[in-house]
Amino acid sequence: MHIPDGYISPQTAGGLWALMVPVWYAAGNKVKRTLQARQAPLVAIGAAFAFVIMMFNVPVPGGTSAHAVGGTLVAVVLGPWAAVISVSVALVIQALFFGDGGILAIGANCFNMAFALPVGGYYIYRLVAARSPLGGARRWLGAGIGAYAGVNISAFLTATEIGIQPGLFHTASGTALYSPYGLSQTIPAMMLVHLTAIGFIEFAVTALAVVYLQRGHQELLARGPAAGGGFRIKPFIIGLLLALIFVPLGTIASATAWGEWSPDQIRQRLGFVPNGMSRFAGLWQGIIPHYGAGGNFWSSAPGYLLSTVLGLAAALGLALLIVKLIRMAGRHE
Amino acid sequence: MNNLTSSSSPDSNHRSTSLPAWMRDAGPASGPAWRSGVRSKNSAVQRTIEGLAAALITGVFSEKIASRPGRLQKMDPRAKTVSLLGLLLIAALVRQPLVLLALYAVTLAAARASLVSLRFFIKRVWLFIPIFAGLIVLPSIFNVVKAGDPLITIWNFGHEVRLGPWSLGSSIAITKQGLTGASILILRVAVSVSLTVLLAITTRWSDLLKALRVFFAPRIFILILSMTYRYIFLLLDIAAEMFTARRSRMAGPASAREDRRFAAASMGTLLGKSHALSEEVYAAMISRGYRGEALTLSKFHMRRPDWLLALAAAATGAAAIGADRLLG
Repeated sequence: MHIPDGYISPQTAGGLWALMVPVWYAAGNKVKRTLQARQAPLVAIGAAFAFVIMMFNVPVPGGTSAHAVGGTLVAVVLGPWAAVISVSVALVIQALFFGDGGILAIGANCFNMAFALPVGGYYIYRLVAARSPLGGARRWLGAGIGAYAGVNISAFLTATEIGIQPGLFHTASGTALYSPYGLSQTIPAMMLVHLTAIGFIEFAVTALAVVYLQRGHQELLARGPAAGGGFRIKPFIIGLLLALIFVPLGTIASATAWGEWSPDQIRQRLGFVPNGMSRFAGLWQGIIPHYGAGGNFWSSAPGYLLSTVLGLAAALGLALLIVKLIRMAGRHE
Repeated sequence: MNNLTSSSSPDSNHRSTSLPAWMRDAGPASGPAWRSGVRSKNSAVQRTIEGLAAALITGVFSEKIASRPGRLQKMDPRAKTVSLLGLLLIAALVRQPLVLLALYAVTLAAARASLVSLRFFIKRVWLFIPIFAGLIVLPSIFNVVKAGDPLITIWNFGHEVRLGPWSLGSSIAITKQGLTGASILILRVAVSVSLTVLLAITTRWSDLLKALRVFFAPRIFILILSMTYRYIFLLLDIAAEMFTARRSRMAGPASAREDRRFAAASMGTLLGKSHALSEEVYAAMISRGYRGEALTLSKFHMRRPDWLLALAAAATGAAAIGADRLLG
């Protein structure tokens, strides 16, 4: 899921850097407050751990194997904000020293894998685990479900960032300057694989690792949630309501909004006029050009259904985050 | 000067890591049981061991090249980091395949001037990321996947062909837009990876981390980065030992289920060990007077060659942008 340099435009990469800077700042402050001087070794070794487990091969049905990301596991143990920093540091080292993921794309990769993934995964874990005992089934189930959701949220964001490239950045003749595939191609390609396979690997590995910790290192599971204080259900009801508001918006956004603002932006950038607009009106039906009256799969009901489900997942994560931020702000007053 | 370029292949001189060669080879020496099963050669345990070993080797080997007396190695890490990252940004902005090709030539020249064997450099850069980009981008050169002006028509049906609800159009062709777009993507990825690899292999990591201060990275971030880098190698070692121990205890191929359980249990164990380690490191830091503030020694000095390098990089960047405008 690491985006290398060259797939996304510097504009997109820069925008995501700009998004990540306040996140890092907030996470840094939060970690500083809760861990004080202990933060450096704990976060550093957490990052080293995050780096190393990304290299584990996990067998997949069918005889092959895949890598697990493990960000949710890190969040369950260290808490979401320390996880943001730990996974970010791991990604920075991967980009700088091992060429895994681009340097300009660090902002994008961190947004997807070091922010959305562990934070989304963690709050879903909290939602499921609630106040259940540390050794209980809801703990590993919650961590597994959180990991499944987290990796899918992350994959969806990655697919979106790559998928908006051809619409925004291409020459007058239609030559793509960065990744050539539109949203109608990147989202199904990424999501099919993550919803059906990689998500389950994350589920299995994270749940099994939590079961292992429950047997031998229960104190590690106590750290994250206990540090955050008691769990209240009310914020999550608000979260669900927010999600309900976000979902229709998300559906509209994926169906029309991209097609609406893309041509405008292009006209602005390249002096591109109507014949390009007509091309872009077909962005969501673009998987096969000259499509017949039947349209194609991804502009049809299943395609929209899929995007709605994904929109729901992403919006839920976002809403939970907002609720958390509101709660944090309230605690300071 | 170029005669100094290392002629010994990287494979022969970087085996001095913690894992002996027989552990990384999937040859007959690894036991008959491993050769009988279907999954034997591609077992997840084996692949994890190989991956962990490869990461250790990459790290050790980079440090080796970084200590050679090459052109880039001698530069002030700050000048080098700013120059190479500046060129990275330029490479992200230009739109002409020819300009990207020229930038790629510049990276090759820089590698050669830095006593990096070109064979190793090209292999390190092209293996996986740009080749993978090529595979990914391949379908997009056909008009069936992405519309464009046909350049080479491969098959002309003469009439519109339909597959259920989908239409394939009346011919399959390679498009001009697809081909140009694909070459731009592959070249851009290759130039970006080349610049990143150049920075990584010609700079000692401790210098590189200090150089990041130029980009206003907070001190605590640099401290965490450098500690992380150090402990990655320790944890890689521990993980490699766990997987090797597992492998040496096995008398036959394990089921995927068992392997999954093992991967998860290793993560759990590693997490426990990491946590204990961080407590110990923290205690050690406290007893040496650490109070939550990181202090670093900074003894970088910009000298004439450093300014010249920065100037050369700026000139290359300006030339690239200029040529890009001229061609486009």
